[in-house]
Amino acid sequence: MAAPRLTATASQTIGPFWHLIEHAEMADLLRFGATGEAITVTGTITDGAGQPVADAAVEIWQSSPPVSDSFPAYGRARTDTAGRFEFRTLKPGPVPGLGNAQQAPHLAVTIMARGILRGLTTRLYFQGEPLNDTDPVLSLIDDPAQRATLLARPAGPGAWTLDIRLQGENETVFMDI
Amino acid sequence: MTVDAAGFRPLQPRTQPPNDSPEYGSTRLRHPARPALRIPQSVTETTGPVLSPKHFPPMPDLTMLTGQAAMGERIIVRGRVVDEDNRPVPSTIIEIWQANAAGRYDHPGDTHDAPLDPNFHGEGRVFSDEDGWYQFTTIKPGAYPWGNHHNAWRPNHIHYSLFGTGFAQRLITQMYFPGDPLLPLDPIFLATPDAAARNRLIASFDIEATQPAWALGYRFDFVLRGRNATPMENT
Ligand SMILES: [Fe+2]
Repeated sequence: MAAPRLTATASQTIGPFWHLIEHAEMADLLRFGATGEAITVTGTITDGAGQPVADAAVEIWQSSPPVSDSFPAYGRARTDTAGRFEFRTLKPGPVPGLGNAQQAPHLAVTIMARGILRGLTTRLYFQGEPLNDTDPVLSLIDDPAQRATLLARPAGPGAWTLDIRLQGENETVFMDI
Repeated sequence: MTVDAAGFRPLQPRTQPPNDSPEYGSTRLRHPARPALRIPQSVTETTGPVLSPKHFPPMPDLTMLTGQAAMGERIIVRGRVVDEDNRPVPSTIIEIWQANAAGRYDHPGDTHDAPLDPNFHGEGRVFSDEDGWYQFTTIKPGAYPWGNHHNAWRPNHIHYSLFGTGFAQRLITQMYFPGDPLLPLDPIFLATPDAAARNRLIASFDIEATQPAWALGYRFDFVLRGRNATPMENT
């Protein structure tokens, strides 16, 4: 493979003042009228001392259901003073993977904040999905406790929640994509 | 069989800042202790959101928010969005935010004792054209103090958010100005180990972009990750 002619621009932190581009409606992926299985996805982000990360930008992206005029498949939310974020979206279905692999339903998640120089990428899966057992990404994680850091749990009808720990005990599995 | 978009090549070593960067104090409790898990790229990573002008109208002039001119040194910033193979990335959104000329953000979390400007908010938004070119007009942001260490000041900078064509191309960065004496003292700028990569975050003065009797011009190009030559195959 030929060496690239240019080098990708270096990332820098999103900083504490990114809310100038926040636009709260971006956390609602149903705002353009998408129909389907509506869910809320919430979570809490904590740091290595267990303290809430109150100034983070959380982004989700999903390849299922596909992007359409009524469904952006992408959302952005802030964390509040308790480190909590919330999205409204459609429940994803299975996603094609490499070869014959089917990926379990998932959301891509990126966390950006003051003190994070390059956005931290992870995935949110849904507890109890049969495809979780054969998902090609979850299968890379041997330790069940680490795998569990990616599994959102039910939090009421149509509601899912996942706690994200940036560092330390129960540290979320972050991914190099 | 379906053929997905090609995956992205790995980033070049030392050209991105490590999240464990002790000189930048806020990284201490916010960097994962375990190395990131390398995962195969799938459609989740090789495709990405498309933010269109229909829902995100362009805001290419940050200086005329109210119809009255914002205070400060008016500047024009222009450049290209390309990938590592120097191919233009067309029609992609660039989100922009910054402090005002006095070094103050119009943000409730900014407690710096410097004046707000009623005619400046500090948010902009442009889209690259079919050849990857973008341009906007703003005022040069001021330096501002922060609590990282004794007498810490951020160099003048503008914040950017780009998406490109795949979620793995997402880029959040900051653009600096040539000759800023604060750059060699700034732990955020210095966090990128490779000096050449770091220095590419500094815009260059651009006499061609400068408009007579109106505004100085600066040039700043964004380079997003390149794709592999061969698409991945799903059978
Ligand atoms: Fe800033």
